[in-house]
Amino acid sequence: MDSPIATSRSATGINTGVLAIYWVIISEILIFGGLIMCYLLFRLRNDSWGEFAAVTSTPAGAINTIVLLTSSYFAVIAHSAATKKDGAKAFKFLWYTIGCGFIFLCVKSYEYSSKLKYLFADDGGAHWDAHYNNNFMAYYFFATGLHGLHVIAGMVAMMIVSFQIKKGRNYNRVELCGLYWHFVDIVWIFLFPLLYIAK
Amino acid sequence: MSGDHHGPTSFWSKYVFSLDHKVIGMQYMFTGMFMAIIGGYFAYAFRMQLAFPGQEVPGYGIVTSHDYNSLVTNHGTIMIFWVAMPVLIAALGNFLIPLMIGADDMVFPRLNRLSYQIFLVSAIILIASFFVQGGGFGGAWTSYPPLSSNPEYNLTPLGAPLWLTAVALEIVAFLLGGINFLTTVMNARTKGMKMYDIPMVVWMIIIATLLFMASVGPLVAGAVMLLFDQTLNTSFFSVDGGDPLLWQHLFWFFGHPEVYVVLLPAMGIVCEIITTFSRKKLFGYKEILYMTFATGILSFFVWAHHQFVAGIDPRMATVFSITTLLISIPIGVLCFCFIATLWGGSITFSVPMLWALAFIGEFLLGGVTGIYLGSSGTDIFFHDTTFVVAHFHYTFFPIAIIGTFAGITYWFPKMFGRMMDETLGKVHFWGTIIPFNCLFIPLFLLGMGGQHRRIYNYENFPDLAGPEMQNMRIFATLSLVALLAFQLPFLYNLFRSMFRGEKAEKNPWKANTLEWVAPSPPPHGNFGHQFPEVFRGPYEFSHPDREDDFWPQSEPGPRGEIKEH
Repeated sequence: MDSPIATSRSATGINTGVLAIYWVIISEILIFGGLIMCYLLFRLRNDSWGEFAAVTSTPAGAINTIVLLTSSYFAVIAHSAATKKDGAKAFKFLWYTIGCGFIFLCVKSYEYSSKLKYLFADDGGAHWDAHYNNNFMAYYFFATGLHGLHVIAGMVAMMIVSFQIKKGRNYNRVELCGLYWHFVDIVWIFLFPLLYIAK
Repeated sequence: MSGDHHGPTSFWSKYVFSLDHKVIGMQYMFTGMFMAIIGGYFAYAFRMQLAFPGQEVPGYGIVTSHDYNSLVTNHGTIMIFWVAMPVLIAALGNFLIPLMIGADDMVFPRLNRLSYQIFLVSAIILIASFFVQGGGFGGAWTSYPPLSSNPEYNLTPLGAPLWLTAVALEIVAFLLGGINFLTTVMNARTKGMKMYDIPMVVWMIIIATLLFMASVGPLVAGAVMLLFDQTLNTSFFSVDGGDPLLWQHLFWFFGHPEVYVVLLPAMGIVCEIITTFSRKKLFGYKEILYMTFATGILSFFVWAHHQFVAGIDPRMATVFSITTLLISIPIGVLCFCFIATLWGGSITFSVPMLWALAFIGEFLLGGVTGIYLGSSGTDIFFHDTTFVVAHFHYTFFPIAIIGTFAGITYWFPKMFGRMMDETLGKVHFWGTIIPFNCLFIPLFLLGMGGQHRRIYNYENFPDLAGPEMQNMRIFATLSLVALLAFQLPFLYNLFRSMFRGEKAEKNPWKANTLEWVAPSPPPHGNFGHQFPEVFRGPYEFSHPDREDDFWPQSEPGPRGEIKEH
């Protein structure tokens, strides 16, 4: 079905899709903001969380940071190609971005499995007891898990859009994916120091 | 302008999977009404238990203590999340926004449909939660942990997570709808409609959407954390390791702005109705707008007044008392602006006008009793008594019920192209307003007498079981029965007028805003081939230069403002 005329109007001068993505990002900032605030309040009250944070692997987190920052760079190139209506180049760089997302998720899976192995190690449950009733690990899994879901969502969106622009349609949607992807990137920039570096 | 809007033809694509904002609005409205019937039935069951403890309730059966908790919890949850929000914001917002800003639809029709579908799924999950093993969740609509987080305490191992999932999905539905509303009003306004030409009800819905979006984010994170506490045995909100008070902060940081989220659309409806039926320009359009923004901002700094007895720092209690009392200033200005609009007007007591006037009066009582509860000193005495219950029903009932009836009776001709019956409307009006006051004034008195809420059977409390208190409870319950019975004339009137009512013309109330330019009911695409253009503000009534006492926004000509000296 055709879009309504309302969709093509632009009383503010900003493209409707861009405007909507900004509202999505604002509502997401508030969700992640609430989560990070809760974490900070606990972290400031419990010095012992520094010791629990020793479990997280800083090199793995650092690699993921570099991967995500690189992916954002690719997203920018894809956007600039899309503005020039260079569908083939935009397609290629969107898939580079998706590839970076995939590497990020692989590193994340490695981290998750090593954490779970550590927590459920066959040592009479000493590690489990140490972490039970403290929320560091719970926050770690919740925050990075929610972020990981956003990474997956961004990847799916870029896959769909990449095939649309290959057919020469919806070039403006590359920008929307890019804006969202930068947001996902920035959330990681907050999570990395809070969960990995501060020990 | 393409203008070639051939509406969908099959039943399914026209009414069930429609992309048309008007149909989606109707879907929200009828789902909301259906949920209101469930919520009202729950109130009937638990009020009967309080009036006639231990006796079989006609139409329900014996109310056990477990049932009682579940009924009270789900009555509150349904009335706020599945009645007030969908009807006031989603239904009226969806129906009115594109019509009032002169657009053919929302900017994202498919997002709009998705929002309704998620909302419908959430409603089904909530209803399903009443029938699972252990019954529906009974830990109050505020869902405080550790009661809500530990199945050993709340005894609803399935009901509690289902309830929480339903609420979370409902929030997601409204976030999606909210993004659509905001983008539509910002970008899809018709030619000539400037910021101060937007009708007040649209402004109010937009500000409400902003408040909702800004306040609900942390609660979304919190709801997932609580769900993990319930199902994965984490301890975010448990006493050892976590912090139960954190949930209260997250909940009320959302919960208090939520009051204004539903209040503002109702205020907007009142603005539209009192100007039309007193044939006067809205007094202080900009002042109302700025005061609404002030209310919105202040509403983020009052949440801890719900927690005065929860163990917060007493110094903090003073701060929150002050902010809470401050917020009555902008709301007071709004009420004075409404009264000034009415002053000297040529008033018609039509059914929508009666509802709008009742809103102002009844909400005022709710607001004034809020002063007692906002002051931390008196709140310590009143906390958790039925004084609180009566107070928030004096705010929520005018908002969710009176405001909704005002809106439905006012826009009914536009929605269905037919007029409602005035006599039946007045019967319904008085039959609702009088029992409402008879129902909640006793609760104020009982609360001052020390009657705690959330108690299943007062016979076990010698101080509260005396005949004078029990008689008041019986009086309140019988008023509720009358109140519910008087909704039947409304339902009859609604459905009869929908098919048999007198045909309505385009602009039966002689109002100015753009929705009255469209045919009644508006076709798919709303305005046909020619979209209206806006030349002036929405409330130019009784202008001295004009013969007619109204001046539609879309009529070409000067802006028509009178400069004051």
